[in-house]
Amino acid sequence: MAIEGLERIVRAHPFFAGLDDSFCKLICGCAKNVRFDAGQYLFREGDAADAFFLLRHGRVALEVSAPGRGSVTFQTVREGEIVGVSWLIPPYRWTYDAKALDLVRAIAMDATCLRQKCEADHHLGYDMMKRFVPVLVERLHTTRLQLLDVYGTPA
Amino acid sequence: MLPRVARVRRRRRDGPQVWTLDIETGETDTATLPGQFNMLTAFGIGEVPISLSGLGESSAASQRLLHTVRAVGPVSAALARLGPGDALGLRGPFGVGWPMAAAAGRDVVIVAGGLGLAPLRPALHHLLADRGRYGNVTLLYGTRSPDDILFRRELEAWRRRLDIDIEVTVDHARSGWHGHVGVVTTLVAHASFDPQNAIALVCGPEVMMRFTINALRDAGLTDDTIYLSVERNMKCAVGLCGHCQYGPTLVCRDGPVMRYDRVRGLLALKEI
Ligand SMILES: Cc1cc2nc3c(=O)[nH]c(=O)nc-3n(C[C@H](O)[C@H](O)[C@H](O)COP(=O)(O)OP(=O)(O)OC[C@H]3O[C@@H](n4cnc5c(N)ncnc54)[C@H](O)[C@@H]3O)c2cc1C
Ligand code: FES
Repeated sequence: MAIEGLERIVRAHPFFAGLDDSFCKLICGCAKNVRFDAGQYLFREGDAADAFFLLRHGRVALEVSAPGRGSVTFQTVREGEIVGVSWLIPPYRWTYDAKALDLVRAIAMDATCLRQKCEADHHLGYDMMKRFVPVLVERLHTTRLQLLDVYGTPA
Repeated sequence: MLPRVARVRRRRRDGPQVWTLDIETGETDTATLPGQFNMLTAFGIGEVPISLSGLGESSAASQRLLHTVRAVGPVSAALARLGPGDALGLRGPFGVGWPMAAAAGRDVVIVAGGLGLAPLRPALHHLLADRGRYGNVTLLYGTRSPDDILFRRELEAWRRRLDIDIEVTVDHARSGWHGHVGVVTTLVAHASFDPQNAIALVCGPEVMMRFTINALRDAGLTDDTIYLSVERNMKCAVGLCGHCQYGPTLVCRDGPVMRYDRVRGLLALKEI
């Protein structure tokens, strides 16, 4: 797809709301369109975290496998949201599986490319951090609520 | 106020340790409003407050009420064990219910957590029975796992209607569940309502209500448009004993449904 088409999609995605034109050009150099059929994995636990995904359509289940319990979904993510934050933090490895629940269309951002651009331009790096930190904090916060097991049946 | 003797007509399992009792009151009209509660007695064991969760098939001779009980301790477990024909004590109805009149003409956002769906169910019946009086109606329901979803058949039937938005989320799920996973607060940002002209009804564990209120405020609702149902231990249920004191208010008399701006300071406190 032409770069202009990607730029339009990236700019329209809620995660990149208000993105500066020059930053948009830089990051779109790392972007490509991808699709996954229902049941296909975007990535698996332990793999190198070499991308993150802007969801445009469909839903993705984030799962962990526990011995004797099979796969447990701890979060679903939908269009307008992002999948993947491990690409930001060494050792850049996925710590869960991400599985398409239905047909998923997304923009995949190449993590190595993006990390290099963020190193070269710290203004871009700071802009990216400001967008990712709220997602991380929100996920930490919701995980805490899930851990409290507020609906649990009292013993 | 002495309990009258009522009888269970039917009993239905609605989740792990959760049972809905269809109770014949023996009265012709007890005029119970959505959000109100009755004091139910398991004879020889004790009496506890339980919210109305619906109306049964009443006859001219006797009204039938539905109460959904989760067995957590001696009294609730004894009530949950009652079967058809068994007697129980019933006092009520008590308390202030959901603000159905104030909801007219507005979008209505209902956020329920776990068993908190039970006291909201009569409010949903009320809204759907007179659907034209309200704007968008949205139910956001969060619970522990797919097995814990209350009133599942009814939720599925409501989902097929075109005039109510229903989103269900669970805290965790095995593969096979195709719905949302995550806490109920995350659904608020995706719900369609006009915060300038909406009202929110919230019921669930207190932690869940605190975080839901934050999400509703982030979405633009003001504190005087958010209503929640507060639970405190009760004894007399008629404002005499002080057992259910919640700051300066008594939950049995001034609640259980309270407007958030009136209890804002109390909800943040750890022990009251
Ligand atoms: C206005 C109001 C409406 C209510 N509506 C309902 C309803 O529709 N259905 C229903 O099942 N319950 C409802 N409750 C809660 C119910 O009254 C209590 O679960 C009951 O009093 C517990 O009594 P028990 O003797 O069975 O257990 P207890 O011996 O009193 O408690 C046993 C254990 O359960 C815990 N527990 C007590 N109350 C609760 C609670 N509310 N939630 C979670 N854990 C609790 C205690 O901390 C203890 O660990 C309502 C309470 C109020 C104040
Ligand atoms: S229960 Fe006695 S005052 Fe409320």
